[in-house]
Amino acid sequence: MASAATVWDGRRPEQSWLSRKLDDRRVLAALFMLPVAALLFTFLSYPLGLGIWLGFTDTRIGRDGIWIGLENYIYLFEDSVFWLSVFNTIVYTVLATVLKFALGLWLALLLNHHLPFKSLIRAIVLLPWIVPTVLSAIAFWWIYDPQFSIISYVLKGMGIIDANIDFLGEPWNARLSLIAANVWRGIPFVAISLLAGLQTISPSLYEAAMIDGATAWERFVHVTVPMLMPILAVVLTFSVLFTFTDFQLVYAITRGGPNNATHLMATLAFQRAIPGGYLGEGAAIAVAMIPFLVASTIFSYVALARRKWQQGGRDD
Amino acid sequence: MAGVAGGTLLGRGARAEVVVADVPAPGYEIESGAELRVLRPAKFVAGDEELFLANSKKFTDQTGVAVRVDQESWQDLRPKTAVAANVGTGPDIVLAWNDDPHQYPEKILDLTDLADYLGKKYGGWAPLAETMGKGPDGNWICIPVGASGGKMVYRDSWMKEAGFSEFPKDTAGFLELAKALQGIGHPVGFTLGQAEGDANTFCHWMLWAHGASVVDENGKVTLDSPETRAALAYGTELYKTFIPGTLSWLDPSNNKAFLAGEVSVVANGISVYYAAKTSDDPALKEMAEDIGHAPMPIGPVGRPTETALTVSGMIFGHTKYPNAAKEYLRFMMEKEQYEPWQEASIGYWAHSLNAYDGNPVWTVDPKHTPYQKIMTESLPYGYKGPLGYASAGTLADYIVVTMVSSVVSGAASPDDAIAEATRRAERYYR
Repeated sequence: MASAATVWDGRRPEQSWLSRKLDDRRVLAALFMLPVAALLFTFLSYPLGLGIWLGFTDTRIGRDGIWIGLENYIYLFEDSVFWLSVFNTIVYTVLATVLKFALGLWLALLLNHHLPFKSLIRAIVLLPWIVPTVLSAIAFWWIYDPQFSIISYVLKGMGIIDANIDFLGEPWNARLSLIAANVWRGIPFVAISLLAGLQTISPSLYEAAMIDGATAWERFVHVTVPMLMPILAVVLTFSVLFTFTDFQLVYAITRGGPNNATHLMATLAFQRAIPGGYLGEGAAIAVAMIPFLVASTIFSYVALARRKWQQGGRDD
Repeated sequence: MAGVAGGTLLGRGARAEVVVADVPAPGYEIESGAELRVLRPAKFVAGDEELFLANSKKFTDQTGVAVRVDQESWQDLRPKTAVAANVGTGPDIVLAWNDDPHQYPEKILDLTDLADYLGKKYGGWAPLAETMGKGPDGNWICIPVGASGGKMVYRDSWMKEAGFSEFPKDTAGFLELAKALQGIGHPVGFTLGQAEGDANTFCHWMLWAHGASVVDENGKVTLDSPETRAALAYGTELYKTFIPGTLSWLDPSNNKAFLAGEVSVVANGISVYYAAKTSDDPALKEMAEDIGHAPMPIGPVGRPTETALTVSGMIFGHTKYPNAAKEYLRFMMEKEQYEPWQEASIGYWAHSLNAYDGNPVWTVDPKHTPYQKIMTESLPYGYKGPLGYASAGTLADYIVVTMVSSVVSGAASPDDAIAEATRRAERYYR
């Protein structure tokens, strides 16, 4: 066979500078990440940085502020309403999260069994989470109404109570009522996430446990819980973050009342920053949430995502 | 003072009329291609919205300027206004709450020429309008459109059943009435939750009626006073006669409770009566017959101390069409538009221009009449101090409401509540 007309001279064709760069995996990776990085910077880093900056200024709405150092934080440190909001936020988050996880896990375990109309039931379970928060908040506002509460109406009809329950007028009633509303809204997220986790657990583990004579409770403690831990850590982190930063339920139902008894840090930050006009102080309250959020995130990952501990071993 | 003649010199039996002076209009030259975005509070009575939108459409038909009207709930109007002011974009015109225009006078247009024209044509501005409309330099920074004032709204038959032939004119008499009404199973109810309108109206009235105020004329916080303690002591006694649950009431709550027959007296605008009167429900129509309106009782200070939610039209400096915006405000305040608008809301928004005293809406039903002079008789929320960032912030932060509600409910002692309120107020007034 005669050789081809073109003869390879052992050299690659000359590549442009751009082509060479694009062939570099590191450059290409950076390029692909650029849009995401730009989005994260624009919508996360910049607002966060601006919020932290505002917390150190006396900025008001419609007027630029000047640097005042820690003045906002010093004021808040001595502000009883701020500390009340911190207390409320912690109570709200802890109680709501515990209840959401207890009930959500219970629901997930039930849904993990073979039930008739399983798909339909799972879809219905998701409803509270799908309904816009403001709509469910308005529904709860009526449910808790001091004069027209359906709960008071039914209980009075049954002869259990004589007078309407003051759901939102008493500080602790109001706090617990809001927690109940938050739990109602949050259970589906926990339940469906944990249900997904439950379905990844191999049935052979349960079979092995049963052969070893494990009771239902022992199977739950020694098989289900450890196997669920990784997803539990993630769901718990998200749930804590959602609950800690909740705003809509409180704003729509009580606006922080009565007597500031239900102000969360988020609602107080909003009230002081936007309607009150003191952006600096509001930003400082919002920034004060960050350590709590970071701590809860670290706790979730460090305490709950320890692989060895999950698998029954000891930590290093 | 043609408008005053139309309103106050009306003889018995004569038909009420809005009399206007012959004053040439400013003649704003509308920019070509102009379009406007207007932000206003959401309706509390249906007729308000219907006529406002109809008048806006009429403006578009006559001038070719497209007008988009956005409505925000009462609580959200202030944040939206604030954001627009801060970022310099959004609506061209805002019908802003109370002292909002005074928060950013440098961000809004001077409207002195328009205010002068309207004042001359319509018999001058009511005192509250003048207070709200003029900026720190004495120029007009907004056009006060109207105010919704709180009056005592009561069930006449229950009041008589309680042994009172007329509504008490002073606070002591009112306390007796409230006790008597509670005695016959028809308690009173006043909003003490975080309610922008009703809670602030009730609590400020009580404070001022006893001679107290958040600040003095120079903006110095004066809450720590015997007068404040007297007001709180009165409130504590009065609270004992309330229906349970008022600590969590928001703005619509007292309307709902009153219309359901749960309470005998509330402090409210004319919206309660409006709802009953325009309802298709025969029971509510019957209730409308039994509803009475009375001025808020006068306290030891010896003069009326009511307040009102004012809305004022302000034009942001960022608008591309300042002349169109001014023309729009002028158009909406003119008799041809304003009179039917006020009529459709049966006076929910009391007028800022004196000539509208002559609007027949005030006399066609005697139950409307107590709301006629809201902008003449009411005090601004920032009373006695200057209006601006501090007065707006103090109101929005529910400082007075929290002080009152925490003391009357026993959650805090008067001394503690006053100290806390003073601390917060001084944060704004500094």
